[in-house]
Formats: sequence, structure tokens, C-alpha cells
Amino acid sequence: MTAINTVAKATGSRLPSWIRYEVTAFAVVAALGMVGYLLFPYDLALLTRIIAVTFLILSLDLVTGYAGVVTLGQAAIFGVAAYAVGNACLAGITDPVILLGVGIVAGVMMGLLSGVLISRFSALPQLVISIAFGQLIAALANKLSQFTGGSDGLAGFMPSAVLGVFEFDLFGRTSFGFSLVVLAVVLALLLRFVQSPFGLMCRGIRDDALRARMIGTAVYPRLIIMYGVSGAVAGVGGALAAINVGVVSLHSVSFELSAEALVMLVIGGAGHLWGALLGSVLFQLFGHFVGSTNPFHWLTIVGATLVLITLFAPKGLYAAAVSAVSKFRKGRVA
Amino acid sequence: MITILSIAIDALAFGMVLFIISIGLSVMMGLARVVNLAHGAFAMIGGYIASYMLREAGAGFALSTIVAVAGTVAILMPLEFLLYRRLYRSGDAFRQILMTIGLTFLIIGITNSVFGPTSKPIPLPDALSGPLDIGFRMVPAHYVLVIGCGAITALGLWFLLDKTQFGTRIRATVDNAAMAEALGIRTEILYAATFALAVGLAALGGVLGAQLLPIEPYYAMRYMVIFLVVVSVGGAGSIIGALAASLVLGLASTVGKYMAPEFGDFFFYLTVILVVFIFPHGLLGARK
Amino acid sequence: MNDLLQLSDVSMSFGGLKVTQDVSFTLRSGDRVGLIGPNGAGKTTLVNLVTGNLAPMSGRILLQGEDVTHAGISHRVRHGLVRTFQITRLFQTLSVADNVALALLQRKGLAMGFLTSATERPEIRDEWTRILHVTGLESRAYDPVSVLAYGEQRLVEIAIALALNPKVLLLDEPAAGIPHEETHRVLDAIAALPADIAILMIEHDIDLVFRFASRVLVLANGKLICDGTPETVAANDEVRSAYLGSYANDRRSA
Repeated sequence: MTAINTVAKATGSRLPSWIRYEVTAFAVVAALGMVGYLLFPYDLALLTRIIAVTFLILSLDLVTGYAGVVTLGQAAIFGVAAYAVGNACLAGITDPVILLGVGIVAGVMMGLLSGVLISRFSALPQLVISIAFGQLIAALANKLSQFTGGSDGLAGFMPSAVLGVFEFDLFGRTSFGFSLVVLAVVLALLLRFVQSPFGLMCRGIRDDALRARMIGTAVYPRLIIMYGVSGAVAGVGGALAAINVGVVSLHSVSFELSAEALVMLVIGGAGHLWGALLGSVLFQLFGHFVGSTNPFHWLTIVGATLVLITLFAPKGLYAAAVSAVSKFRKGRVA
Repeated sequence: MITILSIAIDALAFGMVLFIISIGLSVMMGLARVVNLAHGAFAMIGGYIASYMLREAGAGFALSTIVAVAGTVAILMPLEFLLYRRLYRSGDAFRQILMTIGLTFLIIGITNSVFGPTSKPIPLPDALSGPLDIGFRMVPAHYVLVIGCGAITALGLWFLLDKTQFGTRIRATVDNAAMAEALGIRTEILYAATFALAVGLAALGGVLGAQLLPIEPYYAMRYMVIFLVVVSVGGAGSIIGALAASLVLGLASTVGKYMAPEFGDFFFYLTVILVVFIFPHGLLGARK
Repeated sequence: MNDLLQLSDVSMSFGGLKVTQDVSFTLRSGDRVGLIGPNGAGKTTLVNLVTGNLAPMSGRILLQGEDVTHAGISHRVRHGLVRTFQITRLFQTLSVADNVALALLQRKGLAMGFLTSATERPEIRDEWTRILHVTGLESRAYDPVSVLAYGEQRLVEIAIALALNPKVLLLDEPAAGIPHEETHRVLDAIAALPADIAILMIEHDIDLVFRFASRVLVLANGKLICDGTPETVAANDEVRSAYLGSYANDRRSA
């Protein structure tokens, strides 16, 4: 994984800047997709689920890793987008690309609302509001069973063929390919976005919000906008989850998913898009194999990993790997 | 009228349970500035031990409660030395949150591997399980115990923090830790003692509150949030604040459950959001 | 319209303690003014009142003729009021170039770009290169601020201030914590600032203030007790007694 990134970066830096991020994103996603297909040809549904949740982790990285807002309520955005897409599909909007748009719109709206509530505060009140907001949405989802199916989940919707050509098949090949393409596109956009003036300003706000104010930045509105962008990304994930699985459950708006998302981000490395990708893939792959045998052993392993990471690699595996690689290179040069 | 009174009594009992469990977290956060999401897991360990003592070892209620409190403190003190000590006053809230979430997962995983993944009822002794006549009304007897213990905890902590030398040292350290150390206060002992107190109260609340917050495998995660909310709403380190917050939130939760049970925790969390917006520095916090 | 910053009868108190009492002064284009005063004179409070970190209880503050008494921090910055911090406040994980580029983007109204490059845009790149050259930080452009020596971080503060193209610049103890023999680097950087802006330097290193300022304000017990050339201030009895610590006693017996 890190090797792929390093290669991608090495080739990326030689590319002209106007296409650098697109080539990098498509190369990495294509490589990952190929490896995944070769390793799990009969479990593409697993890979597709992993990709959908990866968008949630990327969206969390934008607000937490890049803008410094610590939240335990991000799943609310993801889940509401998934429910919106499910309902749209039931209402007759079955084109997957349009459904993606529905997810994005729902995600942006939920993101802006989250931003207005959560980024208003800092420290403990911020965390508490994020949790309360997430739980509020979860309680609503449970109550409004006519839109969510309650604890049974929302099911029975069937998207039509992608671009009118690629029907969703039993083996999940169309879902997998569709998800990979969307991931590559979003990743390319995000790679651009995080080094844009707006992205850089958010990192500045994360470092020191008062300083940002003292160069003339209005901090709160910017965090709300960042939340809107983050909501769009989470909305894409929610839409893909609904389109590919055909069922939206209460888990997708739950506190558990929000907490897991934070864990995945931190294991990979907050503040790096590659870290979010790495954490999401590693956590879910291991979770699938270990967690399905005994959920409590899995929780023990996750808990221990998290404690060890905060003790020994507080910046996450991606940053640890990058610094190890650069040390190794320096060693060889010397 | 009857309904209002029974809602009020339920709310009072629920609020007192929240208070007993949360006040330790509040004092610890005021003193050591550590955001501890694992506090609910501490209460859960107490509940598991008490349930084991009552149902497997055949001990009485009082003895089980004492063993649960002492046992939880004994189990968790090594964590104070190994982990928590690194987090005190570090100013890195993100790291504190992550480590204590990790710890919560670890505790849930281990306790359920050891005791089995089932809910752990804490049967009440006959004296506490029936109704009790308090003159004008019958109330569940264990409510009286819970409310009494809550009141004793509040008074005891007030005495400890306001009237003893230990309390003076704590207040000095809260004000200015560096200055307190310079005056010869051994803050690491103070932190450890307060941590033990916080853990003990959490375990006590976990056992006494088991009728209202049932002990089950995901207890630590399900209620993790509620205790944190009490501290945030009440203001870290304030006994009166925590008491007020516990009662307000206990009321919100109980009224919500009576009036609109199908909405679950909706009104509870709505109250939380409103309170945080109206009182961003806590119910009794100083406005800046 | 040469009055860039105007304070009239600005007062502030904390819990009954008057920390700023009826302070009035004006900064004009090209002014090089020093603000001095013994410890506890209320210098920091005065700076916070000017920048908008605090709102005064009475009095008015005009910035380029506009009443900003109750305007927010970022509003004042966008209208040309810029400060540096006594203890450096920088974007620690970002590079020196990023720190300066952010200020440039903000000032030029380009900070809302979502898909363009922040630092590599030609007009931004040229300007941060120039600013880092002026402040002597060229070789540090791509280093994260957190690895810089303290003195260099102070220069980054000035580089950011420069990037914001201020009309009024408040330098809050720009040489604090820098070894004496290196203070000239700070003065050099300040000398490179455009001549027409007004600069207010808050310092307790009186030697530094007198090397820099053509006019000196003296604050004691929250009151402005002297406003004049360095020579008049140096000769002023009230200033001398304030610095000798007898100011308070004299007033009480008077």
C-alpha cells in the first residue's frame, strides 16, 4: 500500500501539475482495485462495502484531519444520504448517477447543518454536540420508519443500469467497477482540494484558529463550508452504500459507525487522504475476517491497537510508514 | 397529578444515578483536564463484578457492592500508572479521546470474553425490591437508596473538597498545577487518589443504577456519551453543576420516555444541544 | 485623511480594576511610534482593545475613519490593522511559505479557491518569494515552522504581517526572547516595511524603542502619561518616576 503510494508520488511529481492528481488517483485506485479483485474474486460485495465506507472516512478526514474539528457524529451525514437515495430510488429515480447526485445533495445539506451546530464550539462542548447531533438523527431514523424501515432497514429498491448500459449483476462486478471509478474521481478532486487555498486555510485554522482570525479569516463560516464539502463526500459514500447493497440499516446512522470511522481514520493517519484510505481498507479487511468469528475478540484487538497507536504512532500508520521510508532512504544515501 | 409526581420521582432517581457515576469524571476532568470516554466502562466493570458476586458467588447485596467498588479500583489503578498519567494536562484532547475510546473497546472486549456476552442483571435484595411507603406515596424502595446515596455522595464530596486538607490541595492544583508543585504538593499522588475516587464512584453508580441503566455487553459504549454530556453541561469540576445537569438531563430523559417513548432518546439529546447552545460554559459556568 | 488609527477616551476595566483609562492617541501615515510602560501598565490590554480581542467599556476606535469600536477581529484585519504576537502564534505544521501564502491569499481575496494550488499560483509565488527574501527566510521556505529557531519564528511573524499589506501594524514585543545580538535582524525586517504605513511597537526594551521610534507613548497604570519625541519622553519627570516605581506612591500622596 505504502509502496504503491510512494510509486504514485514518484511518478506524480514528474507529471505536469494540471493532471498530476488525476493520474495519481486513477493509478492508485486501479492498482488497489486489481489487487482486490485478484485476492477476493468471489467477494466483490465486501470490497464494494469497503469502498462505500472509505468515503465516510475521507469525509471525516476533511473535518477532523484537515480542519481540526473532532466529531463523533459523522455517520449521521452518511446514513441520511443513504436513506435519501433509498427513498429516491423507491420513488422511481433509478438512474445510479442521478442517485449519486441525490446522495451528494442530501450529504451537503446534512454537512452544512452539522457544521453550523458542531463547529460553533471547541473542545468538550464540540465533542458533546457532535455526539448529541448524531444520536438525535439516529433516534429520528428509528422513529420515522415510513422513510427508514426502522430496525428492519430500508429495502426493496433496485437501481437501473449505470449509464443505461451496465446492469447491476449478481456477482457485484458492476457495483465494484462503478464504485472504483467514483472513488478515483472523488480522490482526484480531493487531492486538488486539500492543497487549494481553501484547503490550506482549513489546515491553518486547525493549527491555530486565533492566528487565522488575525490574518483576516472568518473561521466559523469556513468550517461550515468545509463541513459542506465533507458532507458531499460522505453523501457519495452513503449513495454508493445504498445503490450497491440495496438495503440501508440503522447501523449507517449509528454512534458505533461514527466511532469506528474515527478509529479507522486515526489508525491510517488523520490529515492525510492516503492515511484515511489506508486505515479504512486495513480496518475493514481485518474486521471482516476477525470480527466475523468473534466480535468481542475483534473489539479487544481494535481497542489494543488504538491504545498502542496513540502511544507509539500518534500520527497514524501512514505518517509512521512515510517517516520510516525516508529514514531508510537517508540511511542508504549515507 | 399522580403521573407528574411519578415522573418527578423517576427523574430524580435517574438523575441521581447519573450524578453518582458522572461526578467522579467531572472532578477528574476539572483536576487533570483529561477527557475520559472510558468512564462508563469503569461503571460497567463494577456492574459485572457485582452481578458475578450476587449470582455466581452467592454473596449479599451490600458485600457485592463493596467488592465491586474495591475490585474495580484495584483493576484500574495499573491503568492510571500506565496510561492515564501520560494524558493529564497534556492539552491534546484528540489523543485523550482516542486512547480512552480504545480503552473502552478493550474493556468491552475483555469483560465479555471473560464473563460471556450476556446481559448481567443485578437482583435486588427483598428489602429493596418492593415498594416503600414514604408517607404520601409508595415508591420503589431502591429509588430511596439511590437518591440517598446520591445526596450522601454530593455532601461527602463537598465536605472532602471544601473542608479537608486534601480538598485544599486539589483546589490549589486545579488553579495552578505548576504553582502547587512548587509549594510541595505531590500532584501525582493527588491525581492517583482522585482517579481512585472517580473509579470507585463510577463502580458504585454502575451497581446502584443497574435497574435504570441495565448492565449489558455494550453498556460502556451505550452510555459513554451520557456521562460526558453531564460533565459538559454541568461544567467540569463543579459538584453543584454536575448535580444540576444530572437532574435536568434525568428529567428530560424521563419526560421523553413517558410522553413519547417511540422517539427514544430524541428529546434527551435535543435538550443537550439546547443547553450547550444556551449555556456554552456549562449550566453554572462563568460567562466570558 | 491621514489619520489611520484614532483612539478617543478608550476605557476598560476588569472587575472594578481600571486597566485602561481614557486613552486617546492618533497614528498617521508614516508614523513610527513606540509604546512603553512598566510591567502591569496595561500595554497588552490596550493592544487587545485595538485589535478587537476585547471590546472597550467606553470610548471610540476609528480605523481609517471608520468606527470599528465593536467590529470583530477579522473585519479589522481586512481593513488594514495587523498585529504580530508577543508569543509567536504561527501555523506550526505548515511550511514557512504556506504561512506567508495564506496571508497573501486572504488579503488578495483568493482564499476561496477550491481546486487551484495555494502556493504555486504565479502571483502568489512571486510575492512570497519576495517577502521571504526581504525577511531573510528564503532558505527556510519549505521547512515546517515548528522546526525553526525562535528568532526565525519571530521573523515569520513579520513576514506574515508584511504579506497582509497593513496600513497600521502593531508589533507586540517583536524582539522578545531573541538574543540581543540578533535584534538587528528584526529591526532590518521592520525597516524594509513600506514607508507610508503606521507602526506601533510595544516593547519594554527601551533601547530598541528609541532606536526605532520617532514618537513615544508612555502608559502607566492604564493612563497615557506622555506622548512626544524620544528626547521629551526621556526628559519627562513623570515618566522617570513611573519607571522608578514611585509613580503610584506619588499619586496617592498627591
